[in-house]
Amino acid sequence: MREITFAEATMEAMAEEMERDERVFIMGEDIARQGGIFGQFKGLPQKFGFERVIDTPISETAIVGACVGAALAGMRPVADMHFVDFITVAMDEVVNQMAKIRYMFGGQCTVPVVLRAPDGAARSAAAQHSQCLESWFVHVPGLKVVIPSNPADAKGLLKSAIRSDDPVLYFEHKDLFRMKGPVPEGEFLVPIGKAKVVREGTDVTIVSYSATLHKALKAAEALAHEGIQAEVIDLRSIVPLDKETLFASVKKTGYLVIAHESTKNGGVGSEVAAVVAEEIIEYLDGPIKRVGAKFVPIPFSPALEPLMLPQVEDIIAAVKESL
Amino acid sequence: MSKMHLLDAGIRKKWGSSSPHFCWFKSSFSEKTTWYNYCNNHVIKNCQFPPVKVPGEQKAMIFVGGVISLDFPREQLKAFYRTMYTIRSFEERCNELFLAGKIPGFVHLYIGEEAIATGVCATLRKDDFITSTHRGHGHTIAKGADLKKMAAEIFGKSTGYCRGKGGSMHIADFSIGMLGANGVVGGGYNLAVGAALAAKMRKTGQVAVCFFGDGASNRGTFHEAMNMAAAFKLPAIFVCENNQYASTTPYRTTTSVENIADRAVGYGVPGIVVDGNDVFAVYEAAKAAVERARAGGGPSLIEAKTYRIKGHFVGDPELYRSREEVRERFETDDPLKNFRKQVLAANQLTKGELEEIEEQVQEELNAAIAFAEESPFPEPEELFQDLYVEGWGEACGK
Repeated sequence: MREITFAEATMEAMAEEMERDERVFIMGEDIARQGGIFGQFKGLPQKFGFERVIDTPISETAIVGACVGAALAGMRPVADMHFVDFITVAMDEVVNQMAKIRYMFGGQCTVPVVLRAPDGAARSAAAQHSQCLESWFVHVPGLKVVIPSNPADAKGLLKSAIRSDDPVLYFEHKDLFRMKGPVPEGEFLVPIGKAKVVREGTDVTIVSYSATLHKALKAAEALAHEGIQAEVIDLRSIVPLDKETLFASVKKTGYLVIAHESTKNGGVGSEVAAVVAEEIIEYLDGPIKRVGAKFVPIPFSPALEPLMLPQVEDIIAAVKESL
Repeated sequence: MSKMHLLDAGIRKKWGSSSPHFCWFKSSFSEKTTWYNYCNNHVIKNCQFPPVKVPGEQKAMIFVGGVISLDFPREQLKAFYRTMYTIRSFEERCNELFLAGKIPGFVHLYIGEEAIATGVCATLRKDDFITSTHRGHGHTIAKGADLKKMAAEIFGKSTGYCRGKGGSMHIADFSIGMLGANGVVGGGYNLAVGAALAAKMRKTGQVAVCFFGDGASNRGTFHEAMNMAAAFKLPAIFVCENNQYASTTPYRTTTSVENIADRAVGYGVPGIVVDGNDVFAVYEAAKAAVERARAGGGPSLIEAKTYRIKGHFVGDPELYRSREEVRERFETDDPLKNFRKQVLAANQLTKGELEEIEEQVQEELNAAIAFAEESPFPEPEELFQDLYVEGWGEACGK
């Protein structure tokens, strides 16, 4: 299969969906003339025009709010949030408007909006350009949350997100944009709400997603040298959570470690741990372990940044503590 | 006294010393409609809307219609009255029913502001969009909503517009372009911008009207929405209902300008101040703004000066103003009274005709409230309904 980058995969998904459905358009800061700060929109306006690939003012509430309004008027908007950190500016639009409108109005409408949010720490971008905030949205009924870890899923999940009649938050890690991998050409959909077992194992389940998944795989590799066979699950969707895949693995291995780049406290790992403890605790043979960023803003200095982020060694240590 | 003098006196009566630096108005006394500019006592005849920039003057335009615009067809006049009277009576019923403990939650009444929703919505097509506020019953009625479904929603019944999920603050009717009342002050601007963007992209000729209050004009979303709508030349009309109070705070104590429409200058769009208690004035101002938007001219900001007769919500102790102030305003400047006085004086409608409308509306309201009272509450299994289209909300919520 041909190999393309994560960024190219997202662009391919955008282009295919815009081709397929003229109601689909994208708006955001620096996306049309600049092609996106990670080059993830390059060439798109040339194909579809500046009317469907829209450079917006630096106005996050207007971007998200207008996407919601356009959706209510029959469009299928996609917004690029530039950096996930800036989604905080538009929290009313995300939480009070986008997430609630369908339910609040008794199902009279659908809100098919996708918010694309580049996240994650990369090259000392410091405290306000490096966060992973996906766990905030797990707490909001009405939203779907997806978070691919590789180019193929990036394409398949984005296409599914755009076709979803529910609002979807699509998190894309900045460090993954240049990652190359095999991506099916043409129609390729990854269903929302389905996790994937990316490495089979029998001794411990490591649940992860996004860029941290690759650290989890490295940890599993290292553990294998010590005779520990870790099963690694890529959640891919956080809401809804694929409990079936998760529970099947935990029932098999009896041990659970969750690893992600967002803050450990109140993170997705907390939710996964709680769900497993609540529903299938009898299958656990050891304590659940969570690996996440430390409870501190992301520091600028290259000497400090790696200290607050979860590393391969942290995942290995967590597995060993659990077993 | 000349027409101009009458106009000037009227403006001074309404806004005291802050008389307009600039206004435009329409005269229909003769057969031909003529637009005038009025700027610092100079009159420019046959101007265009929006008038060209006046040298050295950066204040918003003041628009006055009122007594000079009574050339409406009788059916239109009746429709104005029917809508205004329906809103007034619906709100009076809500007030009684809430105080009787029959309505749960909060209710924010639109009494005293009826001419704005009525005048604006009368200029709209059925498929045009509006976004509304927590004080949204008036907008919903004026856009043409079904009173039965409205009443049922306010009672929390499953036959309501939102199956009882929304209540008074969250009524919507997507079949008539009513994109919903909004419980977040200033939450509606950008939804209207998005609807206007959709209309422009699809070239449907639709416009989107955003109703908001003087308090909401201080939200940051106002700025973002005004700028985006202006920058993209979207068919949006921003209608500020300046009812003098931001919840319980007199707006002038927390707002930087006397006329919120003055802020339009900063976005390069027409800013219009209009007597919000004069349905004719509101109608004319809205009509011009809507025509401009439909023709691709971009957004306008209309500030309709009015006064909130009831408290912020039913049950508000109203510690921030005197009863005398309210009584005086209601007695001297009630939009329904204003209308009656004008049409009766001009012999446009008879007292009998107005009473006939009132009777019909009361009957319709009786039926709506009976329907709401008799309707069932939602069933427990409806709790998760309509959360997600795919319907796995219940699984997530377990």
